[in-house]
Amino acid sequence: MGRGALLVLADGRFPAGGHAHSGGAEEAVRAGRITGAADLEAFCRGRLHTAGLVAAALAAAAAAGADPAELDAAADARTPSPALRLAARKLGRQLMRAARATWPSPELDAVARAFPKGAHQPVVLGLTARAAGLGPSDAAYCAVYESVSGPATAVVRLLSLDPFEATAVLARLAPELDLVVDRAVAAGTAVPPALPAASAPLLELGAEIHAAWPVRLFAS
Amino acid sequence: MHLDHSHHGPAAVGADARRADGTRRALRIGLGGPVGSGKTATVAALCRALRDELSLAVVTNDIYTREDAEFLLREAVLPPERITAVETGACPHTAIRDDISANLEAVEDLEDAVGPLDLVLVESGGDNLTATFSKGLVDAQIFVIDVAGGDDIPRKGGPGVTTADLLIVNKTDLAPYVGSDLARMAADAKAQRAELPVVFQSLRGADGVRDVAAWVRARLGAWTA
Repeated sequence: MGRGALLVLADGRFPAGGHAHSGGAEEAVRAGRITGAADLEAFCRGRLHTAGLVAAALAAAAAAGADPAELDAAADARTPSPALRLAARKLGRQLMRAARATWPSPELDAVARAFPKGAHQPVVLGLTARAAGLGPSDAAYCAVYESVSGPATAVVRLLSLDPFEATAVLARLAPELDLVVDRAVAAGTAVPPALPAASAPLLELGAEIHAAWPVRLFAS
Repeated sequence: MHLDHSHHGPAAVGADARRADGTRRALRIGLGGPVGSGKTATVAALCRALRDELSLAVVTNDIYTREDAEFLLREAVLPPERITAVETGACPHTAIRDDISANLEAVEDLEDAVGPLDLVLVESGGDNLTATFSKGLVDAQIFVIDVAGGDDIPRKGGPGVTTADLLIVNKTDLAPYVGSDLARMAADAKAQRAELPVVFQSLRGADGVRDVAAWVRARLGAWTA
């Protein structure tokens, strides 16, 4: 399988729970750090090169056949915020449900059994790509695209930002997505994997602040 | 009985009628409808009417995270561990129809934590007339409108009014004050829905939820038969 399956998995409407998460954008909007398209682009660029890179490397490694349990532990070690770890596992569990229904595979069943409350989403994403007959680069592309498309669509809802402007932000970032995928695949498929540990402290702090709000639109 | 997935294989995938351990899962009924039509009040009244005879739980899908769940908690219609709020990213209809994963997770977690359950009520956040529940999430759905929202809503139709398994026209006590014509609403609903049932209800009086509770009992009877 090839591009057809990749489009199915990368589709923003793939029913894996992502629509309820803003990737930190809701907190950043409230804090005044995102007020329009220019701020959104900067926010997405930062997220791409930190959380996006790490997620893509994990996804690539999982797609290449690395041990999911080891990758899951590596993801935990790279996610200081408990709220983000919880969100990543919830999203992993939700993606697992969609993946098992769309590309049934004994490997997915085994990981679902080992992680009843969910493994980290990028790990499940890599395994899903594998079940769909896709490779490490495809998995990394899905991860980096999600890392910026989630905040962009959330900001359209949060700020009533012009959707054309938000999509243009994503288009401007596209060449950087390619570069980050190259780095992530090289790291994730190295033997042994040399997973990056790029961190975005403000995203981690923001996630903790957001999780404590009594009222919010997005789950993270 | 607490169900440990690690001993029973992975959780079910979607609308499977049986849980991973082979037992029949709870009947799931969705309640949707416009903002302010009385969905949460109906859920609260159903809980009071049915909680002594059934094992119940509720999932809410609010625009703002916990508003409806907190109303149910304040009203103490069920113990807090039987009420879960799902966050919907500003789109309740997405969470109940297009991407139901968070709701399925909430339902399954409730069955794990406080089960076995007979019935799970899944309440949508207030939405528009096109909002319907996925068949992958619920077994039957109720659409709640009210007389004060305009007596032309049954005539306008839309998927909720037309296809819901039960249509509730709520707040009938307000009809004289807002100039709504109940007979016209009934005739329009009949035209839109043919044989599908419609209940006119006011929760002001004693046992106002009686007809809806009876409908739920009948669905449950069919589910467990």
